[in-house]
Order: sequence, then C-alpha cells, then structure tokens
Amino acid sequence: MFSRAYKIWVTVPPLVWVAAFLVLPYTLMFAYSFWSVSAVGSLRHAWNFANYGRLLGHEVYRQTLLRSAWIAARVMLFALLLAYPLAYLLSFHTRKGKDLLYQLVIIPLWVSYLVRAYAWKTILGTDGVLNTSLQYLHLTTHPLHFLLYSPFAIVLTLTHIYIPFTFLPVYAAMEHIPRNLIEASHDLGASALQTFWRIIVPLSMPGVVAGATFAFVLSFGDFLAPLLLGGPSGVMISNIVVSLFGAAYNWPLGAAISFCMLALVIALLWLSERLEKRWARS
Amino acid sequence: MGPLMKKNGWSRGGIVMAVYAALLFAFLYLPVLVLVVYSCNGEGVAGFPPHNFTLHWYGLLFQDDAIWRAVGNSIVVALASVLIGLALGIPAALALDRTSFPGKGAFRRLVLLPLVLPGIITGLSLLMLFREVDVKLSLATVILGHGTALISVATTEVFASLQRLERAQEEASLDLGANYWQTFWRITFPHMRLSIIAAALLIFTLSLDEIAVSFFLIGRENTLPLEIWGRLRRGITPEINAVSTIIFVFSLLAILAWYRLRLAGKGESSAEPLQAAEPLP
Repeated sequence: MFSRAYKIWVTVPPLVWVAAFLVLPYTLMFAYSFWSVSAVGSLRHAWNFANYGRLLGHEVYRQTLLRSAWIAARVMLFALLLAYPLAYLLSFHTRKGKDLLYQLVIIPLWVSYLVRAYAWKTILGTDGVLNTSLQYLHLTTHPLHFLLYSPFAIVLTLTHIYIPFTFLPVYAAMEHIPRNLIEASHDLGASALQTFWRIIVPLSMPGVVAGATFAFVLSFGDFLAPLLLGGPSGVMISNIVVSLFGAAYNWPLGAAISFCMLALVIALLWLSERLEKRWARS
Repeated sequence: MGPLMKKNGWSRGGIVMAVYAALLFAFLYLPVLVLVVYSCNGEGVAGFPPHNFTLHWYGLLFQDDAIWRAVGNSIVVALASVLIGLALGIPAALALDRTSFPGKGAFRRLVLLPLVLPGIITGLSLLMLFREVDVKLSLATVILGHGTALISVATTEVFASLQRLERAQEEASLDLGANYWQTFWRITFPHMRLSIIAAALLIFTLSLDEIAVSFFLIGRENTLPLEIWGRLRRGITPEINAVSTIIFVFSLLAILAWYRLRLAGKGESSAEPLQAAEPLP
C-alpha cells in the first residue's frame, strides 16, 4: 500500500548513514589491522598478518584475554544468579507494589556508570567506607588491602552495574509465561519445585540468554572499571587497546585486537540469537 | 505453585525470598547511599562514621566554572544526539516495519549492534574514520558517535509502537483521498508520538552518561563524564559526590516524567524501559 517513493524516503537515509558511520569504520578497522607503524611513527600500508601473529605469539595478550574473559564470565554468572530469583519473586509472587519494586530495580541504571564505579572506589579503598566501618565496629584492626585494586573490585562493581541489565530481559520473559500453564501444572499434581524446573526455567531461557550475553559482552570490553579499580593485577584487554592507541602508539596492533573483539561479540550475538530462537520454539 | 504467603503468615520460603530481596536491594542502593551521604561529609569522600555535615562541597561546585562548562557541553551533545537519533531512527523503524529490501535482516542487526557493543569499538572505529578523512576531534565528532550509537534506541521504541498500529487506519485515510504526507501527519505520527518522546528521553539520558565512546572522540572541550573522569585521576573530593548527587536527582526526575508518560499512554505505547536492549522480533 505504500508507494515506491515513500519506501525510498524511509529506507535510504538510514541505510546511507549506517554505511558511512558503522560499516565503513568497521571495515577501516579491519584494514588497519593489517598495516603497521614505521620507526618514526608513520603508518605503513603494507598488508600482512604480522599483528595477528603477535597476538597469538605473545603471552601478555593471551593472558590478558583470558583474564578479561574470566572476569566477564564471573560478572555474567553473579549478575544472573542474583537477578534471576528477584525476577522470579517479582513476576510470580508479588501482587502489591509490583510496579514500585520493578522501578526500584531500574533506578540504579540511571546513576551514571562512572559515578557508580567511583562510589565503589570510595567504599572499597584502604581508608574507604567499608574498611573504616569494620574498624569502627572493631571487627578488624587493620584495613583489608585486597578489596580495592584487584579483579575482585572489578567483578563486584560490574556485577552491581549489570544486575538491572540482566534482570530486565529475564523478567520480561517470565511475564510472557502464560499463567494457565502454571495452573495446569499445579492441577496435574506437580509440586512447586517441579513447576519451577519444568515450566518456568525453560520458558525464561530466552531472557536468560539475552541478559547473559549483554553482561558478558559489555564487561568483557570495559576499560574504565579496570582503570579505576583494577590496579596492576586487573588489567583487561581493552586497557591494552587504549594504551596502543595512546602512549604505545601502535594503532594497527590496537585495531587487530579491537577487530578480534568485534568478531567475538558478533559470534556471541549470533549464538545467543540461535539459542533464543531454539528455546522460543521448543 | 505453592503460595509463598499463607493465610496465617509467611511460609518459610517466603521469608527466605523476602530477606534475599531486601539484601539485594541493599546491595543495589549502597553506592547511591554512600554517594549522597558523603557529598555532605566535611572530612573527605570516605571514613566511617561521616561527620561535620556541610553543604560546603555544593557551594564549591557552584563556583566551579569547568564543571558548568562541561555540563553545558554535555547538554549540547545530548540534544544533538537526540536529533540525529530521531531523524534516522524513525525512518529506520518505518523501513523495518513496512518495506522489504535485500539485506534487511543485516541492516536491522547493524543498527542495533552499537548498543550491545563495548563502547571502545564504536569509539575507536570512528576515530580511525575521522583520522583517515582528516576531521579534527571536537564536540561534533562526539555528537556523531553518540547519535550513531543511539539510533537503535529510537528505532526499537518506534518500531514497537508501529507494530501496534492498525494498518487499516492508514489504508482508510489513503482510500479517502489523503496523500501520504497527510496520512503520515494525521495518523502515523500521532500514533508514534509517545514512543518518540520516550526515545528522546532515553537517548538524552544515555548520551549524558556516555563515556566510553566520548573518551576516544573528544577534542579540547570536555563532556561532564570526561571532566569527572579527569578529576578522578587527579584525586577525589566530595565535590564529585555533590555533582553526582545532582545528576542523580535530575535523572530521577526524568524517569518520573517518563513513567507518567507511560501511564498516560498505556495501551497506545507501553514500550518497556530499555527494551532497546533486546533484539527486535
């Protein structure tokens, strides 16, 4: 029913924009990853796989990559483990105040990411709120040093940040579970626990997958929390990229790492889309 | 499903769940609480118990020109990002809803990609583009970055509302002799209106808080998150708590405004907050 001109007017501008500011930059990043930097710091457009070779060959990159994945995996796991029961409680066992509780989960999302990371820094520091409270209550005599500048601080902060993000899709999936399924299961003699495992868990899986992907991907690529809270033992892969684009001045190598991250993210998104579809069907 | 609440009080499972929820909320709100309390602390950003309640840091903040300049910059960037996001996100939603072209699936995924992509990748890829075409970094490059990354927000919000629009209304309008332009302004646009406002509010607040993309595309002028970032690296004072508290209060007002909009428009447009984070069907 819509004319050709109408369709062209709504299709072409976003297509052109996406081509110019998404496709072109990603392609350029890919091209950069094959180039190199000369001794005087100018870009050499020599096409080879040297940057990728360095990534595979050097222990530092492998270790940092593994550390980032391990931090991201823990964030994903903790965020899910904490958010899932809350979503379940809200969706199935709350009548009064459901909207209010929902909003209470969302509100921390609106506190700036940077500000939340900063707040954790003031809590976890040697003279931080937590240490001085513990000493005030005479639970410890000396400040605990492992709290700040460690992977622990990063995992804690990112888990705090991604709980609402994982909560949202899980809760949405649970709200879509037809309530008569639950009643039917109950009428057929299933216990509450059986209903939970046989009906609620499988049907909420698409939400779990979406939330897990989100938490993993975004914490995997984070560079601000490690800079602020990680210390030397908490360096993540994006921190290496930042230094390669800054002081270390090797854009092509930085581009190679970024491109690997991009490829990884796209692969994970593809995987999670397939999983969601599969669970949605069965 | 066994009810958690029995007639004569709470079941054991119910109590466990309630305690669990209370602890989780305490965890979620602890940093916010610390932030606000210590913004009035006379003795620095930490140290328990807080004492010497003071508004000194707020006073200092109001005389701090660099902060207010950064706030101004951030607002300019956020407003411009809203414009870009809407100008491209609305047509993109219309295109996804009512046209078919080869590569439509890929286009949809591409538009949504920056929202789930770590900001560093969006920022760096655009940085390389600007360097290749010799564009100097400034607030304009930050705007381009934010606008491009946040088109997806407008697209998802508006797309969701278009899915609820009955096509027959538009057909009737066209059959009765209205042209496309009139049909758009009389039927389609009023239907999308609430989702557009919601998208604008979301883009505005997301841009205001964005730091990872801005980090790479910023020129000499700072946005507020980058100004705060710079100060965090130099050493921290409760002034940062004070400015964060003020931003938080404004964000709360924005959510409240949005919430009222959603209540007012229930049925017409009830897009979930941050539904943008989920892929389109």
